[in-house]
Amino acid sequence: MSGQSQRLNVVPTVTVLGVVKARLVGATRGHALLKKKSDALTVQFRQILKKIVSTKESMGDIMKTSSFALTEAKYVAGENIKHIVLENVQNASLKVRSRQENVAGVKLPKFEYFTEGDTKNDLTGLARGGQQVQLCRAAYVKAIEVLVELASLQTSFLTLDEAIKTTNRRVNALENVVKPRLENTISYIKGELDELEREDFFRLKKIQGYKKREIERQLASSKQFAEEQIAGKVSLQKGISINAAHNFLSVAAEKDEDIIF
Amino acid sequence: MANRANIRTSNSQLIAMIADEDTVVGFLLAGVGNVDLRRKTNYLIVDSKTTVKQIEDAFKEFTNREDIAIVLISQYVANMIRFLVDGYNKPVPAILEVPSKDHPYDPAHDSVLSRVKYLFSAESVASGRR
Repeated sequence: MSGQSQRLNVVPTVTVLGVVKARLVGATRGHALLKKKSDALTVQFRQILKKIVSTKESMGDIMKTSSFALTEAKYVAGENIKHIVLENVQNASLKVRSRQENVAGVKLPKFEYFTEGDTKNDLTGLARGGQQVQLCRAAYVKAIEVLVELASLQTSFLTLDEAIKTTNRRVNALENVVKPRLENTISYIKGELDELEREDFFRLKKIQGYKKREIERQLASSKQFAEEQIAGKVSLQKGISINAAHNFLSVAAEKDEDIIF
Repeated sequence: MANRANIRTSNSQLIAMIADEDTVVGFLLAGVGNVDLRRKTNYLIVDSKTTVKQIEDAFKEFTNREDIAIVLISQYVANMIRFLVDGYNKPVPAILEVPSKDHPYDPAHDSVLSRVKYLFSAESVASGRR
C-alpha cells in the first residue's frame, strides 16, 4: 500500500520522537471517538430509515382518505367550492416551525406544524355541505400532520447520510493514512537513533583501540631507545663497534637463556 | 459541508405545493395557502395547460425561498421534472412527493424512497453477512 511507506519529514531526534508519539496517542483517541460517533449516527440512521418506510406507506392511505373527503365535499357543496377556496387564500393559517435536535453533534431539523390566526374557510359551504367541507378540512390537516412528520424524517435522513459519510471518511483517513504515517515516523526515528548509538559505540571502541596501540608503540620505542643506550654504553666500555656490542648483548641473552635451562 | 450550515430555526415557515387542482384545493382548505404582498402564491396548480418550464421555475423558486420549509409535489408532476428533483439534495426545504387523486402512488419513483430502499437492502445484505 502506498500509505505504508510514507512517513513525516522530520529530524530524527528524541524530542521529535516524543512529539510524534504524543500525536499518535491523539490520533488514536480521535479515531476511537469518531468511531463511536459514527456508530451512534448509524443507529439513529437505521431508526429513521424504518420510520420513513412505514410513514411513506401510511401517507398513501391518508392521502386517499383526504382525496375521498374532498370528493364528498364537492359532491355535497357543488363543484364551485374550489373557486371559493382559491379566492379565499390570504395568509397561511397553518404554518411550520422548525427546531434542531442534536444527535452526536449533528444538528437534525425537526418540523412541527401549528395553526395561527383564524381560518378564512369557516364560512365555506355555508349554503350547503358545510359539515362535509369541515370534515374534508380536518382530513387534510391530518394529512399535513403526517406529511410534516415525513418531511422532518426525510430531512434528518439526508443530513444524517451526509454526516455519516463525513465521519466515516474521517475515521478511514485517521486509520489508513494518519496513524500508519505516524507509526512509520516513530519506527524511522527509533531506527535512526539506534543507528546513531551504534555509530557512537563503534567510534568509542575505535578510539580505545587506537589509544592502546599508541601506548604500546610508545612502550616499544622507549624500550628500543633504552636498549640502544645500553649498547652504546657497552661499546664504549669494551671498545668495540656498536654492531659487535649488539651481538655481544644478544649472545649474552642467549647464554642467560641457556643458564636457565 | 455547505448544506449543513443552512438549517435555520425559524418560528414560522410555509408549506409550498406543486400539484393538481384537487390536491391544492384540499390543502388550501386546511389553511396552507399564502399570498404575499406581490400577489405571489406559495402553490402552483398544474393542469393540462401548464408547461414543464412553468413547473421548473416554480420548483426552483420554492426551493430557493427562505420562508418555505416543505415543498409538496405530486408524483406525476415530479416525474415531469425528475432530473431537477433527483439533483436536489439540500435538507431544507424538504421535498415530499405525494400521491394525487388520479395517479396512484408508486414508491419506486420516489427519489428519497428509492435511496432508502437501496440502503435498506444494502444494510440487510451487510447484516446477513455479519
